[in-house]
This record gives sequence, structure tokens and C-alpha cells, in this order.
Amino acid sequence: MASFGNAFSSSIGKKLIMGITGLFLISFLAVHCFINALIFVNDGGLTFNVGAHFMATNWLIRAMEVVLMAGLLAHIIQGLRLVFQNQAARPVKYAVNNGAANSKWYSRSMGLLGTILLIFLIVHLSDFWVVSRFTGIPTVDSAGHENLFAVMVARFQTLWVVILYILAMVSLAYHLLHGFASAFQTLGWNHKKYTPLIKAFGIWYSIIIAILFAAMPVAIYAGLIK
Amino acid sequence: MSTGNMNLTLKIWRQKNTKAKGGLVDYKLSDISPDMSFLEMFDVLNEELISKGDEPVVFDHDCREGICGACSMFINGRPHGPKEGITTCQLHMRSFKDGDTIVVEPWRAKAFPVVKDLTVDRSAFDRVIAAGGFISVNTGNAQDANNLPIPKVQADSAFEAAACIGCGACVATCKNASAMLFVSAKVSQLAQLPQGQPERYRRVQTMVAQMDAEGFGNCTNTGACEAECPKGISLENIARMNRDYLSAKFVSEEDI
Repeated sequence: MASFGNAFSSSIGKKLIMGITGLFLISFLAVHCFINALIFVNDGGLTFNVGAHFMATNWLIRAMEVVLMAGLLAHIIQGLRLVFQNQAARPVKYAVNNGAANSKWYSRSMGLLGTILLIFLIVHLSDFWVVSRFTGIPTVDSAGHENLFAVMVARFQTLWVVILYILAMVSLAYHLLHGFASAFQTLGWNHKKYTPLIKAFGIWYSIIIAILFAAMPVAIYAGLIK
Repeated sequence: MSTGNMNLTLKIWRQKNTKAKGGLVDYKLSDISPDMSFLEMFDVLNEELISKGDEPVVFDHDCREGICGACSMFINGRPHGPKEGITTCQLHMRSFKDGDTIVVEPWRAKAFPVVKDLTVDRSAFDRVIAAGGFISVNTGNAQDANNLPIPKVQADSAFEAAACIGCGACVATCKNASAMLFVSAKVSQLAQLPQGQPERYRRVQTMVAQMDAEGFGNCTNTGACEAECPKGISLENIARMNRDYLSAKFVSEEDI
């Protein structure tokens, strides 16, 4: 009987998991960023709360939330395993290693950037996800929707929280700057016609997503969004 | 002393054998001609060491023409030194300045244990090749040249992959000590030619399995290997290997 054998546990298989979950998380970021960007309508969070309400009640979104958490965990666990395995592949380090001569620092620092993002995620999920799913959003807005916007505004009155979010989004930008095109390469999608487009799109995507996300706590802290 | 000759400080990794603890040892060399190759500079050093009754530095070298893949020094943090597209034997002292300190280390990877000083055991590469880097046909007389038409782009691409000399610079420079550029070059060379087709999907699986068994790390697409490869082997080969491997695992019904 034929089986998939070590299709997922081989070196290429492990990377396949990183690539697929990575692309899935990238697509999630686009949705997340779009919904959150509704705060820029600046109507006291009314539009945003409608979006948040839809995301919290639509059955398809709720089902995808489970897939998202599974994908996130797979990406984190596999990523950490790869970091340790790859370090073990060179037990004696070089006295002098000029990595800057041949590669970008962020492509060599995906583990570090990912760890910063993991720490951020723990704070971020307890800030908003735990509140909206478990402990409950305390107030409703004038349209009668749960006022997640108010939770957001309250959270971003503290300077260190805003700074943490900005640092995390800088890490996210660099993580994506390498990860976006890298995922396609891992899946074998390297093509003289498409790869330059993927790389260019990946750069724009990384920068725009990170700037949009970072602008949210900054705008709220600065009092531009009320 | 002719004008332009250099005085150098070398910091060279010395290690008695695989098990021994090694360390960097300082050597002063004077009157080195900028026209010498890097290996000739090592010959001068070894002559001096031998005449003093010291052990010469052990290092790999063979053709000294940049085509055999034997030389393997990690010079000032880069495999084959600071220049691009060449092996250590093609590196000349004119690439350095008078008074420079040059750090020379062996390739560092779990799969490439140090044999002595700067020589490492690269037989892991041989075992990867033995696992599938061949075609199982009886060779006879050469066929007529046009019996098997091959598109030019494909022939060129296969040839570019075949340029790999198996020196191991890709493993040496990769932050993960991954051998994917080497293995993908060997896979790609055969996967793009008609003679390589019958075993194409079996080959990629057996070679990757052997690569993993040797303890090389996993590719994270930093591109360092491509930048440092003396033969300019492209990352496209790694994508092709991934593509063939995933097709083999998920589409082929053959169990490997």
C-alpha cells in the first residue's frame, strides 16, 4: 500500500508546512487589517463594531477561526522546531561569519522576529480575543452592537502598549518581507515571469499591512480617532 | 623585497583530529606577493612551518584551476573568500591589503566533520549522490547527436545545474548548514534531460531522504548559498527540487 511516508516530516515537508500556514496567515492578515481599518471611518467605532459583530457571528468566520488557531499553532511550533534543528546542524559556530555579504539580516532572523511576534500575540490575544470571546465586551454602542471599539480605545491610552504594538508591526514587516516570497519558493513556485511580481507584491504587502496596523494604536493614542 | 609585497597576520583553525578540540592560531607571514594565489600563500606558510619543525596546516586542494571542488576554506567569514564566483584556489592575494588579518576556518556543519585543521569530511555529499544522483542505463556507444532533441533553454538550464562542483560552500555559508542547493543542482541536472525522466520522481525522494539522514539543516531561503556559490548555481534549482519532491510525495503512487 502506498502512503505519504515522510512527506511532512522531511526537510522539504517541514518547509511545506511553514509555507502553507504562512500564506494562510498572510491572507488572514489582509482580512484582519481590512476590518480593523474601519476605525478610520472615525464615526466613534460604529462601522468598525458592525464589522466586528459580523466577524464574531458569521458561522463561516467562526469555523475559520478554529482553522486559523490550528494554522497559527502549526506555524509557531514547526518554526521553533526548525530553529532548534537548524542550530543543531552547525554545532561549532564560526569565529568570523560575514552573513551580511550574502543575505539580508531579516531573512537570517526569522526565528527572532517570529519570537517577538509570538510575545506580541500573547499580549494582543489577551487584550482583545480573550475579551471578545470569553470575558465579554463590557459596553454596547449607540447602534446596540458590542462596543469592541471602546475596548480598543481604552487599551491604546497606555504608551508602552502603543510602543509594543509598533515594535511588533516593525517585526511583522520584516518577517513578511522575507516570508512572503519565501513561501512561494518553498512550494516550488519559482518562475521567471511570476517570481519578480510575487517579490514586488510581497514587499508592498509587508509594508502596507504593517503601516496600517501600526497606525491604529498611534491614531488612537494621539486622539485622532475617537 | 619587491614593492607591493605584503605582510599578513593569519588566524588559522588548527585541530589535530575529529575528536580533538581546535582553536585559532596566529601566524605572521611576510613578503607575500599579491600575484600569489591564496593556496600558494598557504604553501609558503607550510614551507616555513616545516623548516621550523612544526606541523604544516592541512587543507584540501587538487586541481587549483577552480573546477574540482576540493578547496574549501572559510575566509574572513565567507566561503572561498571575499570574491564572487571563484573557489579559494582562484582567489589571489591582491584581494587583500598589506597588514590585513585573515581568519581562515574549515567548513562548519554537523554533516561535515573536521578531519584535521581546514580539511573536512564531505563524503556526506557522495552518499547523497549514491542515493540517486545517477541514471540506471547501460552505457554503450554514443548515440547520433540528434536522436534525442532537447530544447535549448532546457539544455542550458540542465548544464547550469551540472556546473556544481560539490565544494560545499553552500552548506558552509548557510546559516542552517543546509545542503539544498547542492542536492537541488544534482536533482535538476538530471530532471531536465530525457535520460533522467524514468527515475525522476524516485531520485528526488531518495536523495532528499539521504540529505536529511546526513544531518544537514533545513533551507530557509536566505539565498546565501546562491550568492556564495563559485559556480552560480541558482535558487531556481531548489524550487524545482521542492516541486518535484512534492509532486512525487502527493501525486506519484509509487512508495519510496
